[in-house]
Amino acid sequence: MVEFALPKNSKITGGKTWPKPAGATETREFRVYRWNPDDGKNPSVDTYYVDTHDCGPMVLDGLIWIKNNIDPSLTFRRSCREGVCGSCAMNIDGQNTLACTRSMHDVKDGAVKINPLPHQPVVKDLVPDLTNFYAQYASIEPWLKTTSPTPQKEWKQSHEDREKLDGLYECILCACCSTSCPSYWWNSDRYLGPAALLQANRWVKDSRDEATGERLDNLEDPFRLYRCHTIMNCAKACPKGLNPAEAIAELKLKMVERQI
Amino acid sequence: MALSIVHRATGIALYAGTLLLVWWLVAAASGHNAYATVQAFTGSIIGRLIVFGYTWALMHHMLSGIRHFVWDLGYGFKANEREALTWGALIGGIVLTVLIWIIAYAIGGVR
Repeated sequence: MVEFALPKNSKITGGKTWPKPAGATETREFRVYRWNPDDGKNPSVDTYYVDTHDCGPMVLDGLIWIKNNIDPSLTFRRSCREGVCGSCAMNIDGQNTLACTRSMHDVKDGAVKINPLPHQPVVKDLVPDLTNFYAQYASIEPWLKTTSPTPQKEWKQSHEDREKLDGLYECILCACCSTSCPSYWWNSDRYLGPAALLQANRWVKDSRDEATGERLDNLEDPFRLYRCHTIMNCAKACPKGLNPAEAIAELKLKMVERQI
Repeated sequence: MALSIVHRATGIALYAGTLLLVWWLVAAASGHNAYATVQAFTGSIIGRLIVFGYTWALMHHMLSGIRHFVWDLGYGFKANEREALTWGALIGGIVLTVLIWIIAYAIGGVR
């Protein structure tokens, strides 16, 4: 369903401004979304000042600095800190991206504003509940499906066929694309969203996979695939520079091609 | 996203504009007096503004539709191509609208 306003219990109210770190010569302001499931209050935005001389250059470095030096209760996911794991996906200065690969110097004009990924249930602070997102990924059956007898050694693939997976296999499932998509915000119960569809195309295009027809049948649905209206937010958001919109267009083309 | 919203908004505006067109055609079929009423309305400042807006909605929606058609064929997905198509539809729609009105005034004369 289309929603233009936040539900009452999600409206942001107030927030605490934490004191500037003592002795810091240069600071950067961080405004971070806070919500605690245990205190029964609405979400708020807390203001922190990060000592930039004592901290790495990335937004994630700033968050870790805040957690270590100011407020240990600040909650966020992080792991690899180099854009490989997709854990620290969040909305930074209005754009879904990875906190570990976005430099705080690239965020213009004053404060670094940080929110959780849009339109997902929040577990705490910057941690979204991605259960539905992962279930949708599972629904496209992201594994090699074959009917021919399994070869003695490996399933072989030519260099050319392997290259067809470039721009698809690099996806780290950070959910930046899906949660930037208005269609996904409003229909995520039935629309698979750009990330899962990009993965669907990855298996449809794999020369070794023998379940292409079955995979396309699964997507032949007014919502699962066709809620994509080529809004292009996904392609703009992807922190790995991939193009889910193009992958979805390829799927739509294949749907038509197989009927001719 | 902004142009996607504009595409939808102009699409909705076209419904109203098409009703206007129907009104004009029905009036033309029903006689001199009815036609004169429509002409008086579309000739007024507000009427001209509405028709101007309708022209733009039609031109923009058409070019934006072509943009979507290109994407549906599987082309124009690179970042620079996307931007070019989007700006092309926006600027092209405005240019075409102004051109149509200049030509219309040149042929019909200012009344």
